[in-house]
Amino acid sequence: MTRSRRSPRTTRRSLRGSEALALNTASPLSRRRLLCAGAAAAVAAPLFGCANAARGPSIGRVVVIGGGYGGATAARYLRLWGGNIEVTLVERNTEFVSCPLSNLVISGHKQMADITRPYAALEGLGVRRVQGEAVAIDPQARQVRLADGRTLGYDRAIVSPGVDFTPGEVIGLDSPVAHQKILHAWKAGPQTAALRRQIEAMPDGGVYALTIPTAPFRCPPGPYERACLVADHFRRFKPRSKVLVLDANPEIQSKKVLFERAFAEHYKGIIEYRPNNELRQVDAATNSAKLDFDDVKADVLNVIPPQRAADIVRSAGLANINNRWVGVHWLTMEATAAPGIHVLGDATFAAPLMPKSGHLANQHAKVAAAAIIQLLKGEPVNATPVVANTCYSYVTALEAVHISTVHQYDTAEKTFKVVPGSGGLSTAASELEGRIALAWADNIWADTLAI
Amino acid sequence: MRAALLCASLLLAVGAARAEDALLARNLAAVCANCHGTDGHARGDLIKPLAGAPAERIVAAMAGYRGGALPATVMHQIAKGFSDDQIKAIAAYYATQPARQ
Repeated sequence: MTRSRRSPRTTRRSLRGSEALALNTASPLSRRRLLCAGAAAAVAAPLFGCANAARGPSIGRVVVIGGGYGGATAARYLRLWGGNIEVTLVERNTEFVSCPLSNLVISGHKQMADITRPYAALEGLGVRRVQGEAVAIDPQARQVRLADGRTLGYDRAIVSPGVDFTPGEVIGLDSPVAHQKILHAWKAGPQTAALRRQIEAMPDGGVYALTIPTAPFRCPPGPYERACLVADHFRRFKPRSKVLVLDANPEIQSKKVLFERAFAEHYKGIIEYRPNNELRQVDAATNSAKLDFDDVKADVLNVIPPQRAADIVRSAGLANINNRWVGVHWLTMEATAAPGIHVLGDATFAAPLMPKSGHLANQHAKVAAAAIIQLLKGEPVNATPVVANTCYSYVTALEAVHISTVHQYDTAEKTFKVVPGSGGLSTAASELEGRIALAWADNIWADTLAI
Repeated sequence: MRAALLCASLLLAVGAARAEDALLARNLAAVCANCHGTDGHARGDLIKPLAGAPAERIVAAMAGYRGGALPATVMHQIAKGFSDDQIKAIAAYYATQPARQ
């Protein structure tokens, strides 16, 4: 029995016992099959050949969609822990650009190069990197389709796609001129640099308005950190300017007491915070916005749009919670809607008190990588996983605060729960935590990208 | 013969349990790696590297963070999230990791 001859029905099941053995002995044929799969596979074959020669024959193919904190970590740890797994990482960008610390670029305190890192070290570990856009996943055929028509077969898929926006929920936000002019900068990349340019070009005395969507959204403290850092820039270089924070939520969504203190201590007269104010309509031509209780005209209008799991998960029918987020089995991170597809990070419907953070995406990835290796070997998965979150936010260019949580798996409730008495907030902002935040970034990028 | 078989199967069971414990320790230790570096090889001088640290020192530090005897920015909060057995497993894992030159 060889993998290439197995029926699709057999392929769909997780590999256990004798099947896993059969796969091992079928290695030469699997490799030949890989060579036949197209030009991209042919390029990758020598890499796998090399790695497998040292670590034994392949025990399975894993395609990872998305090279952010979740996907890159999963690819790295599958190779680190699994060794003889053929890992393909599909990512549209050529380099990793970090959302954490990107607010420092927007405020002019860091450059794009400071938050950009290469994927090269992952490739050095034997991860086959495919630059492209995954547009569909076929759970029956176990195949990922790319925008350029290429297809990638898998035994297990990992999808760590982040969020996409639902601009259609705000009148005027989905127009071509709005797309060009009203930035979100909520995915680190070209919009980060573009928002920086808008803020640089804004005259002193201007208004920067930031709208925050209803929770849940990616990075709960991120909007308030952005408000602080832009205000820090203004107080130094454009002291007559204002930061207007228009929040759809009733209160600050994370590190509330610390941000309130920063607003009052550092940015009195600069930051104005207005809660319960959902964005309804924008006019890109005049940079104006209609909210529940306000009409606002801004010099720079920065709209963080309402969010949901990225579009790719919808094509496979994975977004089974409110048609927005992906329900997962937390022991394996497998989507509840489709066996064999593991979903990580911001796209998941979160466990209680679990924020959509890069740190947690990295932690999800390790749970998934460990589970997938066991499943491919036909062995039991870890029944007691633990994940933790540590998230830093700058309240000035130099001072940061943190929030931390530890989440243990609860066997009875089949979800992660925060350990009572663990975790918490900084007592106060400090320059020490500002330096630790940079060390955190340096270390998590290294852990994620094998730098 | 029967005794030998029983013995062999017991040994196999013990071996499997040890392998499972080793995986559990590896998985638990990976929770720390975001900040403390993959396999405890932290970068920079602000965050302590754990690779090669004696297990009893890691266990004692975690107890110190938990009880408040050791000052910390975040570790006093994180330390309270793990059981004693988990901390022992994490410490034993990092103790066996080679420290970087």
